[in-house]
Amino acid sequence: MRQYFNVFTAYIIMGLLIILVGILQSWGVALAILNLCLISAVMTMGANIQWGYAGLINFGIMGYVALGGLAAVLVSVPPVREAWQVGGLNMILCLFLIAFLIFAIRYILKNFRKSNKRNIGIVLAIIIGLIFLRLISGPAIESIEAVSPATTGFLGGLGLPIIFSWIVGALFAASIAYVIGKIALGLRADYLAIATLLISEIVIAVLKHEDWLARGVKNVIGLKRPVPYEVNLQTTDWFIRLIERLNTGSLSLITEVSEKQAVLRQLVIEGSTVFVKLCYAGLFTIVVVILLILTQKALYSPWGRMMRAIRDNEEAANAMGKNVVKQHLYIFVLGSAVVGIAGAMLTTYDGLFTPGSYQPMRFTFLIWVMVIVGGSGNNFGAILGGFAVWFVWIEAAPMALFLINIFTSGLEETSQFKNHLINSVPYFRYLIMGTGLLLIMRYRSKGIIPEKIKHA
Amino acid sequence: MDFVNALVLLSNFVIVPALSYGSQLALGAIGVTLIYGILRFANFAYGDLMAFGTMFTILFTWYFQSIGISLGVLPTALLAIPFAIVIAILFSLLIDKFVFSYYRIKKSPPVTLAMVSIGVMFIINAVVRIIIGPFDRRFFDGERFIIRANEFKEMTGLNEGLAIKSTQVLTLFVTIIVASILFWFLNKTRTGKSMRAYSDNEDLALLSGISPERVVMITWIIAAILATVAGTLYGLDKSFKPFTYFNNLLPIFAAAIVGGIGNPLGAFLGGYVIAFSEIFITYAYKKFFAYLLPESLEPNSLIQLLSTDYKFAVSFSILVIVLLFRPSGIFKGRVL
Repeated sequence: MRQYFNVFTAYIIMGLLIILVGILQSWGVALAILNLCLISAVMTMGANIQWGYAGLINFGIMGYVALGGLAAVLVSVPPVREAWQVGGLNMILCLFLIAFLIFAIRYILKNFRKSNKRNIGIVLAIIIGLIFLRLISGPAIESIEAVSPATTGFLGGLGLPIIFSWIVGALFAASIAYVIGKIALGLRADYLAIATLLISEIVIAVLKHEDWLARGVKNVIGLKRPVPYEVNLQTTDWFIRLIERLNTGSLSLITEVSEKQAVLRQLVIEGSTVFVKLCYAGLFTIVVVILLILTQKALYSPWGRMMRAIRDNEEAANAMGKNVVKQHLYIFVLGSAVVGIAGAMLTTYDGLFTPGSYQPMRFTFLIWVMVIVGGSGNNFGAILGGFAVWFVWIEAAPMALFLINIFTSGLEETSQFKNHLINSVPYFRYLIMGTGLLLIMRYRSKGIIPEKIKHA
Repeated sequence: MDFVNALVLLSNFVIVPALSYGSQLALGAIGVTLIYGILRFANFAYGDLMAFGTMFTILFTWYFQSIGISLGVLPTALLAIPFAIVIAILFSLLIDKFVFSYYRIKKSPPVTLAMVSIGVMFIINAVVRIIIGPFDRRFFDGERFIIRANEFKEMTGLNEGLAIKSTQVLTLFVTIIVASILFWFLNKTRTGKSMRAYSDNEDLALLSGISPERVVMITWIIAAILATVAGTLYGLDKSFKPFTYFNNLLPIFAAAIVGGIGNPLGAFLGGYVIAFSEIFITYAYKKFFAYLLPESLEPNSLIQLLSTDYKFAVSFSILVIVLLFRPSGIFKGRVL
């Protein structure tokens, strides 16, 4: 029991902090923080699967988050029929061409011995393939992007409920991770970090500039939601009655009917935003709980023990007959898939897809801070890290403002120094993150909730 | 005549910009590679160290401008660089003392040190933005161009103009000086040799009486000098914005790895490899071929291998290819 005490206290403190925000600021803000905490927790679990279980360093998290977001667009947006008519056939042809190219290269690799001739053959195949791709896709892309560019200008998606995208996002991320893993996993740890970071930048560059796919930097807005809209809620009978029921105490104090109506309307508007966020929180919690159960099961299964063995001593595990390369690839794909789910969840929650907003600072390094701070190798630690770090990330600005006001209270209102500090309040979060990371790494290098190895 | 026109066109839009951009990358890449070779970790905070140094160059430039000191046709920043370098060196040594030295003594794995450098990156990132703000700043003064496109056209009677910015020449000039001093230092002086020995085989170097503290200190000093110079040159040539400096870290890493990480000469050349391939592959050759080919063969498309949006993607792809086929880099790494 004692060993769970720390975990419990840590989570209770976290919960209390979020409730405190609800009381001091507003419940809308508190729930917004909670929702993003939950999403961050999913991302952190993905990174933790790779780093904590297997010791694989993946600085490409941003790329998988973006792929999840792409999945949200491609699943939920209705197809643009006109665009499919003008360019759909060519794009499908391109897809087949790429598949053919891959098989051709595989064929060459398999059936010819390693030689300069083979390399030249592969290079030639790629160049010819690229020229054909360019010739076929070029005019198609142009005509697709010309279809009412202000609103569509892309192929659109499948028009399915957006919730399916959480699975599709995982598949997208997993398939790209498979390719990247095949290429890069042989590298040494720090090379792998740099290579994955750069590859994720390439993924973002493609998403930003291939307008036919998801409108690129023109963004896709107004994605369908898996939960009701505020406007609809405000006119729904049962919701108004629910709000009335919840506020009977305060409403009964008001005697005048018209005033009562006005107060009720205000309450309904406030209640609807909170209700929507609560719905999201419910959905996200379900995902987090399912993932937590699965990852806990995996961690304490024979497979989890094998992964730890590989992490702690690769050569010994290899000697025991474990296929290290295969398991590394496997776990790289799994972790990336979890991050892909988080990416789709994030885009669903935002209701828009903005490739320009994917920055390594926010989507790669911040997630790593979460993993390290929370405790790598421990799922509860990873989730707590996601919560704690996101909470600080959001609340850093108000806290910094508060502190600045205290420390500069001796200065005049017009003091240039004070104004300069107040203007740079948003950047204090980086300072806090950096200091926090360094302190944790120095004095509690295993994180807030360290890894615990159960010996059965 | 057409041939000369084509050449001028190419040098105006490809060769001259690539040379100056390559020099900026090369200086940064040498810094990254030195840290990797001697301190044995990938320093993710290097891009922000560049921003830090450049920030102080800008602050000193503003100070000199306010008291009326200038260098005439040359940018005032040249006068400010030495002061900024001193501050950047002090800052690096301070960070090493309080952050990195602990892990070095504990002999932590390189991954831990890389992770620590991310913490440092966050901090420098914040410090720079808090002091100077996140905005785009230009701090160039003096004469902007050495040759203007119009003047060149009049002078030579060609159709194509060649514009050479003074910052581009300055970049090349400074790079040549800094790089030659550095390579002379590494190859000829006792300290330089001891650094190379330390990088090559730490235990053997310690046995032969090389002081590790001294080697580490000198490495940080050189890295800070290179970061400040490279950052300032980049800022003079384009503009200073903390965010772009963070982004420049990625091509710099690419240059260092392509050249064989731990190998300064490789990193130096790697910078040019990255810069030239970025610009060569994303340049639209339509006009170039229009000059060279007869009219009947004149191309009607842009003849652009990749759109300029994929500039970064090019250097990263090169890096990935190099990592796959020659993980030690084009010029064999780890022989400082």
